[in-house]
Amino acid sequence: MKIINLLRSSTVSMMLLTGLYSAGPAVAAEPIRIGSVLSTTGPASFLGDPEEKTLKLYVERINAEGGVLGRKLELIVYDDGSDSNKANGFAKRLILQDNVDLIVGGSSTGSTMAMIPLVEANNVPFLNMGGASVIVEPVRPFTFKLPHSDRMAAQKVLDDMKKRGFTKMALLSDTGGFGKSGRSETLKLAQSMGIAVVSDQNYGEKDTDITPQIQKIKSSDAQAMLVFGTGQAPAIATKNYQQLALTIPLYMSHGQASMEFVKLAGKASEGVRMPTPALLVADHLADNDPQKRISLDYKRIYEDRYKIDVSTFGGYAYDGLMMSVAAIKKVGSTDKVKVRAALEQLKNFYGVNGIYNMTATDHMGLDQQAFRMAEIKGGKFVEIK
Amino acid sequence: MKTFIRPSVLIVIFVLCMLPFAFPNAYIVDVAIRICLAGIVAIGLNLLMGFAGQVSIGHAAFVALGAYASGVATIRYGWSPLFALAVGAVGVAVLAYLVAKPILRLRDHTLTMATLGLGIIVHMVLVNEVAWTGGPDGMAVGPMKIGDWVLKGEMSWYALVACLLVLAIVISLNLFSSPAGRALRALHGSEVAAAVMGVNVPSFKVRVFVLSAVFASIAGSLTAHYNSFITPSLAGFMPSVELATMVVVGGMASTFGVVLGACLVVGLPQVFGGFEGFEMVFFGLALMLTVIFMPKGIVPSFAQRFAKRKS
Repeated sequence: MKIINLLRSSTVSMMLLTGLYSAGPAVAAEPIRIGSVLSTTGPASFLGDPEEKTLKLYVERINAEGGVLGRKLELIVYDDGSDSNKANGFAKRLILQDNVDLIVGGSSTGSTMAMIPLVEANNVPFLNMGGASVIVEPVRPFTFKLPHSDRMAAQKVLDDMKKRGFTKMALLSDTGGFGKSGRSETLKLAQSMGIAVVSDQNYGEKDTDITPQIQKIKSSDAQAMLVFGTGQAPAIATKNYQQLALTIPLYMSHGQASMEFVKLAGKASEGVRMPTPALLVADHLADNDPQKRISLDYKRIYEDRYKIDVSTFGGYAYDGLMMSVAAIKKVGSTDKVKVRAALEQLKNFYGVNGIYNMTATDHMGLDQQAFRMAEIKGGKFVEIK
Repeated sequence: MKTFIRPSVLIVIFVLCMLPFAFPNAYIVDVAIRICLAGIVAIGLNLLMGFAGQVSIGHAAFVALGAYASGVATIRYGWSPLFALAVGAVGVAVLAYLVAKPILRLRDHTLTMATLGLGIIVHMVLVNEVAWTGGPDGMAVGPMKIGDWVLKGEMSWYALVACLLVLAIVISLNLFSSPAGRALRALHGSEVAAAVMGVNVPSFKVRVFVLSAVFASIAGSLTAHYNSFITPSLAGFMPSVELATMVVVGGMASTFGVVLGACLVVGLPQVFGGFEGFEMVFFGLALMLTVIFMPKGIVPSFAQRFAKRKS
């Protein structure tokens, strides 16, 4: 028995050793290491997939032009499968094993929030693509957020409603981080702007039928309806909205600003309005619009390479990468603390999502002008002035 | 106490002590910590599955409950982490006791289905009680601390979980050869036969269920403080299946076997991590080969072969 026990334990120790050894670090030359944890699979893959494609494409292009500071960029991407727990584990791997110089990504609010404790503890500059305001409120030294906040989206939608003379609205939001945060921002803003939320409904991110909630909205006296959510459910809500023959105007959040939404919702998406970055309406921008060239360039390069429609979510990754490059160039090294300081002082940075002006109290840096109100007409996004 | 000086346990202690010298960087320590934490849960589950033969595929629910007990109590109510961990473990024990009474009357597949249901219910509660749990996006949890002393750094965490793993192994080995352990193994073989021999079958089943839930809860609490972030996916279906896999692959009823199982299930995906999307293929292949060629699990199969050769 003793010998068997001995054998047992020695097998255990051997497996432990071999298992742990084989993942040792590789000593490489000195590329600039950019780490990324994206939701390239799972329910949030509509965010992670274009983000990954964008990062790969542009890292390749930058390297083809000689890299940054004479050093090549090395991109390390992990897929968290839309699971925040995994995002936390992979962030640890990026920081501790891959020794990345900075991290771009965290596709969703959940993944981003899961990574924040680690990047802040290890002082790694972190440019993320999460939507909710909580990411930068309170401001955390190393965390920078690229997308417009949900409050700005709510503001843009409510402004438009007010312009059209609506005083009663219905709100439909998902129970995920993005929808939850969007809901509370919308409720706060609506109150201060004198718009009554007469019906406040919610749904689960994976729901396949939202008819009951929309039926309730139909029976209320709302004059317009706003859906705050990401993923495919808002497209389902749009279809349900059409099936129930609602006639009040339908608004979406910026979480739906992609051609994917138009494809999923089909004809039902006609006339839907939503705030979007300039990217989706770039063709229609005035020639003197400072965002026109950069947006069209990104759109052309992305669509040439992948033969699929550009999405605003990939645009966030583009801005994140370009902003990192700009900060590293300015500092002249990859010193994490200095790069962080440079990011914080970034002024008039032209991205596809707008013009970023970071400050010590604002780690998102976009203003209300970055959003355009667009309506879907004939299957295309058209800017409403 | 005697169990501590068994050669097998001494070897494990020796290996755990020597490993830090082999760690090339902090990330590998992180993997080792995750293996130890998973190992503790798997040893607990093995008491239920391997010893008593009651298959559970909802065990991750207890891990999640322990994690959320610690998270909610420390963050929302400002309790000290150790106290929260203890209260969490007691709470989980009470819940496991209440749940065990009805569901352990079920047998075989129906019991498995009931544990699966338990996992789903816990997951749904964690997702929907947004005010407490933060909903599907989870919540941040503070560090482990006792008074003002904060447990920091991978190495100190490793020291803590390695000690707990040894403790879990010793408890499990002790139980294996105790009268209670024999009773459990007897009811694994045949409940009727065990009852005839004077084993109180329902009582033993409930007790081992509660014990294994407490193992899971404590490991869950530690996981919460270590990761500093928890989400309801802790209670998901996949984590439960992974735990069951550790027990089956390593070797049912073999304490060292399930620790090996934890090494494989937690460690292999990390080893294959560089294959970008193919890691699951390798992982699946490794599991399939084990189950085909060593249906009793790795450690018992090797032990058997070795014993045969000797005789």
